Amino acid sequence: MSGFEPVHLLKARRDEALARLVDRVPYHAFLGVSFQRLGDELTGRLTYDDMLIGNPAIPALHGGVTGAFLEITAIVQLAWDAAWEIMESGPDGAARIAAGGFPPTPKTVDVTIDYLRSGKPRDAYARAQVTKRGRRVANVRVEAWQDERARPIAIAHGHYLLRDAR
Amino acid sequence: MTDGTGLLTRMLQGLPHARALGLSVVSAGDGVAVLSAPYDPRLVGDPETGVIHGGVVTTLLDTCCGVAVLSAGNRPLSTATLDLRIDYMRPARPGIAVTARAECHRMTRSVAFVRATAWDADEDDPLASAAGAFMVELAARPAEGEGAA
Repeated sequence: MSGFEPVHLLKARRDEALARLVDRVPYHAFLGVSFQRLGDELTGRLTYDDMLIGNPAIPALHGGVTGAFLEITAIVQLAWDAAWEIMESGPDGAARIAAGGFPPTPKTVDVTIDYLRSGKPRDAYARAQVTKRGRRVANVRVEAWQDERARPIAIAHGHYLLRDAR
Repeated sequence: MTDGTGLLTRMLQGLPHARALGLSVVSAGDGVAVLSAPYDPRLVGDPETGVIHGGVVTTLLDTCCGVAVLSAGNRPLSTATLDLRIDYMRPARPGIAVTARAECHRMTRSVAFVRATAWDADEDDPLASAAGAFMVELAARPAEGEGAA
């Protein structure tokens, strides 16, 4: 199917699926987290808002906000990978995802967050790398940065339970 | 026993994101803090179950640990999270507040070590636990040989 699908339709279909996956979680909108897609690779974006500040004296983003942003990026990447697999499996899978039939949301088992620099009052970005995706559990590393990709503000690694719905 | 509940409640009210989540200090003093986060549909992470997002629990635990550090007897001026490990034992129940209790069990001149748990209905049935290290800035004090190790 995808071999013959016009590229603008293919792109629109995938972008719509991603938007639907991200927008159905209220907390993403509350924090101001969105995702950009290049192929199957996602980049999270935390859009700055004054209410994200945890230390007004510096000022710095709340450590919990940075941690939550890393967790969101890990979970959305795993959920997107699972949705992608179904969506690209053929017309039936594509129809299922288009109708909002996403696999269950992965659940965090544990996460370790290392804070490297204070988060400045501006946008932050994050990318997750799935180190290992097992049958039940995935190991994911995530990195968040602001102005310079080479100067991360925080990194996290965690385990996530994959509840296979198929 | 030094009760820092009032002071740290005012401090928390000055933190924009703590205010956005509606966090409140239940008690704080001697390096132990209890904080509460009300349930809010805007914080839901799993739309199928209505369970709040783990990120909210992370923020509650991180804040609770920070307040515990600031409530310690030697009254640090400020603190910043160095690392935080969180184990999620079960999802939070939809519709009810989450409470966390953090204890700063050791403090050196630079670093505070903190443990915390979070629960919803019953403290003996925790939904998450955390352990973290926090950088601290201590007030310059006369040489009494007391306090930081």
